[in-house]
Order: sequence, then C-alpha cells, then structure tokens
Amino acid sequence: MASYLLNTQTQTQEMLDTIGIKQDQLFDMIPSKLRLKRAIKLPEGLSEMEVLQKLSALAAQNKVYSTILRGAGAEQHFIPAVVKQLSNREEFVSAYTPYQAEFSQGILQSIFEYQTDICELTGMDGANASVYDGATAAAESIAMVLERTRKTILIADSTHPHVIDTIKTYTSCHDTVIEVLKTENGILSVDTLKQALNQNTAALLIQQPNYLGCLENIESLAQMVHASGAKLIVYAHPLTLAYLKSPRALGADIAVGEAQPLGLSLAFGGPYLGYMAATNELIRRLPGRIVGQTLDTEGKRSFVLTLQAREQHIRREKATSSLCSNQALCALTASVYVAAMGPQGLKEVAEHSLRKAHYFQTELDKIGFTLKYTTPFFHEFVTKTPISAKKIESCLEQHDILSGLVVGPQEILWCVTETTTKAQLDEVVKILKEACL
Amino acid sequence: MKRMYAHTHEWAGLEEGKDVVVGISDYAQIALGDIVFVNLPTIGDPVTQGESFGDVESVKAVSDLISPVSGKVSAINDALLSAPELLNSDPLNTWVIKVEGSVDESLLMDEATYLALDKDH
Amino acid sequence: MSALIFERSIKNRRGITLPEFDCPEVHLDENIVRAAAPRLAQVGEVDVVRHYMELSRNAFGVDNGFYPLGSCTMKYNPKLNEQTASLPGFSDIHPLQSPDSVKGALRLMSELSQQLCEVTGMDGFTLQPSAGAHGEFTGLLLIHAYHEDRKDVKRSKVIVPDSAHGTNPASANMAGYSIINVPSNAEGGVDVEALRSVLSDEVAALMLTNPNTLGLFDPNIEEIAKMVHEAGGLVYYDGANLNAIMGEVRPGDMGFDVVHLNLHKTFSTPHGGGGPGSGPVGVKAHLLPYLPDGTVVKEKFIANEKSIGRLRSFYGNFLVNVRAYTYILSLGSNGLKEASYNAVLNANYMMAKLKDHFPVAYPVPCMHEFVLSLQKLKDETGVNAKDMCKGLLDYKVHPPTMYFPLIVHEALMIEPTETESKETMDEFIRILIELKDKAYTDPEYLHNAPYTTPIKRVDDVLAARHPVLKAVL
Repeated sequence: MASYLLNTQTQTQEMLDTIGIKQDQLFDMIPSKLRLKRAIKLPEGLSEMEVLQKLSALAAQNKVYSTILRGAGAEQHFIPAVVKQLSNREEFVSAYTPYQAEFSQGILQSIFEYQTDICELTGMDGANASVYDGATAAAESIAMVLERTRKTILIADSTHPHVIDTIKTYTSCHDTVIEVLKTENGILSVDTLKQALNQNTAALLIQQPNYLGCLENIESLAQMVHASGAKLIVYAHPLTLAYLKSPRALGADIAVGEAQPLGLSLAFGGPYLGYMAATNELIRRLPGRIVGQTLDTEGKRSFVLTLQAREQHIRREKATSSLCSNQALCALTASVYVAAMGPQGLKEVAEHSLRKAHYFQTELDKIGFTLKYTTPFFHEFVTKTPISAKKIESCLEQHDILSGLVVGPQEILWCVTETTTKAQLDEVVKILKEACL
Repeated sequence: MKRMYAHTHEWAGLEEGKDVVVGISDYAQIALGDIVFVNLPTIGDPVTQGESFGDVESVKAVSDLISPVSGKVSAINDALLSAPELLNSDPLNTWVIKVEGSVDESLLMDEATYLALDKDH
Repeated sequence: MSALIFERSIKNRRGITLPEFDCPEVHLDENIVRAAAPRLAQVGEVDVVRHYMELSRNAFGVDNGFYPLGSCTMKYNPKLNEQTASLPGFSDIHPLQSPDSVKGALRLMSELSQQLCEVTGMDGFTLQPSAGAHGEFTGLLLIHAYHEDRKDVKRSKVIVPDSAHGTNPASANMAGYSIINVPSNAEGGVDVEALRSVLSDEVAALMLTNPNTLGLFDPNIEEIAKMVHEAGGLVYYDGANLNAIMGEVRPGDMGFDVVHLNLHKTFSTPHGGGGPGSGPVGVKAHLLPYLPDGTVVKEKFIANEKSIGRLRSFYGNFLVNVRAYTYILSLGSNGLKEASYNAVLNANYMMAKLKDHFPVAYPVPCMHEFVLSLQKLKDETGVNAKDMCKGLLDYKVHPPTMYFPLIVHEALMIEPTETESKETMDEFIRILIELKDKAYTDPEYLHNAPYTTPIKRVDDVLAARHPVLKAVL
C-alpha cells in the first residue's frame, strides 16, 4: 500500500505528546454518534506496481484509433514533444493560484503571455486566465452582456449543441431568454437575424467555423447586431484564427472558444481550455483570474493577479461568476504550443487542415458522399451517405478508422486535421468504396 | 452649494434649481484605501435614496455607493473611469454622479453633524 | 524578471516544422482571410525551452517545498498519478467514440463514482463539474430542480455562514438565489439560534463547510441539518475540507443532501498553477433524478428526464479523475483513513507549538487546519499578516492563506497536510517565531520583505488602476 506519509511511529508519538493527547483522542471533537464505526468499504491499498497494472488494463479496454476523422468539439492535432516536456515541469504542475506574486512570477508571466496570445489571435484588448472549457466560456460570456433592459440572447442553431445546452443550464434560474435561431444551408441568414433582433436583445452568439463546419457571414451579422444596440459574441476556433480574420476584425465584442486544439490531448473530453477575451469596454466584466503587468517597489516590471474586486472572494454574492480554480496548466500548455509552432506553424496547421478537408470532401463526393451544405467550410463538413451512416461508421471501425460523427440517419460530420496524410485519406476512400458500399 | 451627508458616507451637494451632485466623504476614501475603480450607472438610470447606484473598488474590497437622492441620473463623472484616484486625492471636489430628483433631507446630516459623528469611528 | 517570449522573437525564426502540403490549395473568400499574421513570438525550440525553464525557476510548487496554504490542501501529488493519466488509452481517446470502444474509461468513471459514494455516504455522483465552484453551482441547480419538481416554488433563498468561501454565495447567486448570511457563534460554528430565526418556507438550502474554514468541526451539525430539513430546505456540503475526515465521519451520515468534492485537494491531483481541478457532486437518492447530462452510472451515460441539463462539454476533467482514481486505489480503505488522521495530527501539532507565540483565533482542538490572528502583533509592532507572509518567502516556503476567513482579523490559515514531516513543520515553526521576534526588533525589515525573490513587492494598486493585460507588441 502506498501512503506518501513521512512521520515514523516515534515522531507520531512525539507529536501526540506535544499536543497532550492519546492516539485515539485525535477526533474527539466529532460527536461519537456520528463517527463511522466501521472501515470504509474499499479494497485495501495496492502497491505502485499493482496500481499501474490495473490502470494499464483499464486503458487497454479503450480503443486508440490510428486514423481519426471525428471532431465536433474535440480534435486530434500534432503535439510537439517540447510541449509535454515543458508543461509537465513540477514547478508548474504542483503550484497553485499565484496569490504570492513575488514567489510566482513564472506562473504569472506564463498566464500574461497566454492572455497576449489569445488577444493576438482574437484581436481583443484583454483575456482572462482561462475557464473550464469552451462551453463554459460561452456560458460565462452571457453574464457579461446582460443589461437591465436587454435579457434576450440569440444563438444560431449551427452552434455546438453542448455549448447551447450549457448556456441554457447556466441561465436557467434567471430571467434570461435564450432564443435559438434556425439556419439555412448551414449558416445564419441576415434576414433571420433581422427578424429576431429587437430592443430586448442583449447579444448574438455565433460559432466560427460553426458546428457543421461552415463559415458564417460574421461581418454582415455584426453590423446588424450593433445597429440594434446589442453585442456580438463569437465562439471561434483558435487554430483557424491563424488563417482567418480575427473575431474583432469582423465586429465581435467578445471572443470565446475551446482551445483544446492548441496542444491538448483528446483526453476523453477533458481537461480542455476555455478562453475568453473582450474589448476594453467589457474587460471588467470578464470572470475569473486575470493577470496584469505592474512594477515592483524598485520599478522592475512584474506581474500580479489584478482586477480582483470583480471576483467571488471579494464580491461574494454580488459576483456574477463563482469561478475560482481554472485551467491554468492547460493555458500554459497552449502557450508553449503557440510558441513552439509560431505564427507560421499555426497558419500551416490551419492550412493543412483546410486543404486536406477539401481534398477529402472532393474524393468523397466522387463516391456518392455529397455535401449537405454548399456554404464554404473550413476543416469540418457534413456529407450525406449513400447507405446508412451507422453502417459506414462500423465499417471504418473495422479498419481502425474513427469515422466522422454520425449526425443523421444518412449524414456524417467529418473533421480532417494535419495529422492525416493524403495517402491515408486515399486509403479511407478506397476502403469506403471497396468494403463499405 | 450645501453638502448633506448620509450615514453610509456619501454626500449630496444641493443647490437651488440645479441637479443634485453626489460624492463620497473624506472618511469614506480613507476607509476604502486606494480606490482602483468606480462602477458608475448610465445616464437615465433611476436611483433611489438609500439604495445602491454603483460601487467603488479597492484592490481587496468593494463597497456599494448608496444614493443620497432619488431621481434619474443626469450625468456621470467620466474622469473617474481613467483616474479613480481623484476620489482619494480630493473627495469633496470630485463628484461621482449628478441626479435630477429630490432629496429627503430628514435622512441626511449637515456637515457639522457628520464630522462630529465621524470622530466616533 | 524574465524577458517576455515576445521579446525573444526574431523575424522569420521557426520552431517546429510541418510536412510539405500534400493536398491542393484552397481559396477562401479574401474578405474572411487574415491579411497579416498574428504577432505571436517567432522563436526556435531552444528559445522556447530556455524561456519556460526560466519561468519554472520563478515558480514554486509542492515539489519545491512546504506549501501550507490553508483551505487548498496542498498535499504531495504522487508521480504515479501522472503516469497513469498519460497512458494513451486514456489521453488519446475521443470523447465521442462509441461507448463500446471506451469501456475502460466508463468503468473507471463508474468505479470512481462508487468509491466517492462510499467515502462520503452519498447515493450517486456526477463527475462532470470541473472545479469546486462548478460543483457548487451544479449542486445548487440540483436543489433548485428538486424544489421545482415538488412545486415548492417559494424557496428563493440560500443560507451561508459568514465564515464560508466566497464561492458559496457567488454560486448561489448564479443559481438565482438571494443570500442570507448567518453569523458564527463564539466557538466558530454556526449560531444555531441565528439560523433558526432565518429559517422559513422561503429557504431552499443551507451551504456548509464542515470542518469549516476555521478548521473546526461543528458539533451541532446533526441538529442543524434537522432544523433545515424540518423547514423544508436541503443541506449542501462544501467538500473543500474533506481531507480532515475520511474514514472518520461522512457528510451523508451528518445529514447532508448534496456534496461537492475537490479532487485536486483531497485526492492528490495537482493544482497546476490554478487548475485544472475536478469538482464531482454527490447526492442522496432523492436528488438522483436531476443529475446532469453526461453523467456515467454503471458504465452507461444516463439520460435523466428531469436532468438539470449540461454543465460543460462532454463528461468533466477526465484525466484529473484518472489521477484521483489512481490515488484511491493506491491508498485504499485504510490509507485514506490514515491520510486524514495524519492531516489532523500535523495541524494540531503545529497549533500546539505555535499557540504560545501567536493567538489562535479559536483555541480548541482543530481538524486539518487552524487560523492564527496576527492582530496583536500588528497592534504592537505595525507588522501585519501580509508582511509576515512576505518574510516567509525569503526562507523558500510558501506562506499560509492570509486574510481569510474574513471573520478573523489579520488571519493566517495554516494547513500542513499529511504528507509533510515533523522536521519540515518544526523548521516552519522556527521561522515563524524568528520572524515574530524580528517584528519586535526591526519591523521595517518585514515591511520591506521579501529580499531574495526575483522581484520586490508588487504595486497592485497600479495594476488595478491602469490595467495592462497583454504585452505591447
């Protein structure tokens, strides 16, 4: 049994003597009636070797695919060796929130650099130190835009369903109205938006590229949103922002999203990384930790947790968010990834994904997998399937390929990233043609 | 301008025919310490005497600003957004908001009473 | 002070290179394509390594030394946990794979939920919440759903003691509740009479941390839970301090209806400089029907008709849960009990050694942590809790939590955890007493501490008045 305890029996006895109690008196402050009179019903502890064997056996019951063509909010990307090595440094891993600035400049600076990366990708003026994931980032952003007379949030139905669901849960106990707008040919039309906007609208939230992979016309939507006095929240894929115009440039007031593609493993859904960034006007409404630059008493540049009076530990019941722990280590991982790749590397990852997805779509089209939406897409797209989509999925499964996500009886949402080669894509098409259809 | 004070350390500047000017007392700014931000209402917002209309933040605390007047906000002091320290350096000459409305003076104190009360703290 | 990664940037320098493009070019509408690249750092791999190595030298974790940060349970994070979490069978599986292809993951989640049920005395768990505050919000939504379902819609208030973590009232506000604060009694527990006076059919729940943030076990807990239940409310357990009681007493047996745990505190998963954590929520049977979507029970995703919905994407911080599961298997039934025993022993030992030097806020036997008040020291020397903490930095130990809980003036909250040795604690005690003597002989020295850190004291007023939240590029 592992215990990670250090004190010997002699030391324990010395400590009990110092306190002035006997060994069995330590918990006397708990009423005896409440005390557990039996052992907790768990197996006895195991040695390190046994635990590792048991966990390895469990891990072996999970299938790791050699080719992954599924995204839908969780993407496989190449993670350079340097990313895991550096983000696993014990000084980062085993620290907590940098309350003591003088002792934690390394952590604080890493967050400040992460905030800068996010601002640079999104075009925003300020970012927070991270939230749990993209869906919670979106949900937290809703509280930033609500006004006394504006309580309605419009969301395009082309947004990730988990994002919509999380927003609904977060706002369920308030008088916020969530209105999900129908899209046409994969994107939100200006006409639909026009009809939905009114003086009660607080914001439109829209995903780019959206859940279906399509590219929304953010710029024209933005103009209309602003003309009605509402705010625009763009849920943007951070890797594509190395290639596409930033949400700010297209008119967004807030950019949020899932930054798992920036160097984080698939990890069965977590830990991931929710990013949040905003224009100056809204910076003080960002929830959670924020790091700022300042000076020390000798005039040296230094970093510190700042704007803390927004937060729960000071504002208590008047705080709009209870966020405390965040995903700091994931933010650091993303920063190392961004530094290792550089702007050119990030752009190439995005462009590889873009090119490969379009190539794959063209090849699929030749064997009867036609595009469901004709709107331009980035690296995800929905095709119809000539036979049942479930059959396609299980056929590819037999070849160690994780197909796109089945989103209808005869519809699949595909995702292609830089990790799949053209040769592999050709092989997938060949298998589809020869074995599945 | 006549200054009347609330128990919650805000002052109301009263002048015949003019909007009521609202600020915080010297005691308040000392108690708060270095003020780093002021959350202001927007012009047109209704305010009620005895109720919060915004708050002031120091590094480790936040305190409600309680309105000494009822009515509608007619002006906010934008300068505070970029220089909240004005409330520390010159609280009596730094107004926070102006309000078109009425004051129930029976709920407030004149300067002499307030300063005498202040010393009890 | 280190150079920013952006200051190390040299135009056109590259780090990682990618394969040549093997698929044809794609032309997107130029109106949506970036004209200029984002101004991110252009550095080589060696630059990146040296940069982050330098940052790591200016960081301090449990692996560097003693970290008695009260309320945060900074215990040692076993390396085995890191190894199991990095097994490809856990780290490289897609969350939307078919359930058949992730049997091991679903089994692990079910077993972990079962283990947490047994440790806490609850009937079911969801692993979806990603941190303590997320768990609180989840728990309050469950309470809300329960009352709504019973058409008991008048309940709009949540009671929170004045010693509570700030997350409690903030989470309750997020769940649409207004807050009633109740004072603590002279012994640091809930003032039962004050509680009685605020209970009504408008109260949805009482949120309680037990042992509380003063490190004290509330002996009236059974009566408190009974009073709240009789008024039709539910009782919520903030599990931040579970490390004090494993194997000794269970929230479920004390009368709590909902609990959240902090796996990054009690179950040894690392804190990561602020996260990721994991904040599973456990419930008694009457709240099971409302558990969130994405919850795994008996190796299957449940579909609750009355579910409160989804709290985030997918199923939670899975790899954090893998680490906690590893820890529970390692320690087992006796090991968990021993961990709590030693956590409480260490805290009481430190308190016994310090109580003659600093007033203990509530000088009664504590559990896993205790709170000192430095008010007397401040009155006599001008040296406050912050000065003392800054003084500690020069000895390469992490200071305790300062200025919390709010009900103790000049508070220092000390939580040694069970994984620290007597000699480490003795050394910390020696340093603290040495600094106290310094306060009387040379207070200026402490006003200006620290001296050996990479920077001196920071100007946090400047940071908040004129926020600079990103690098100037």
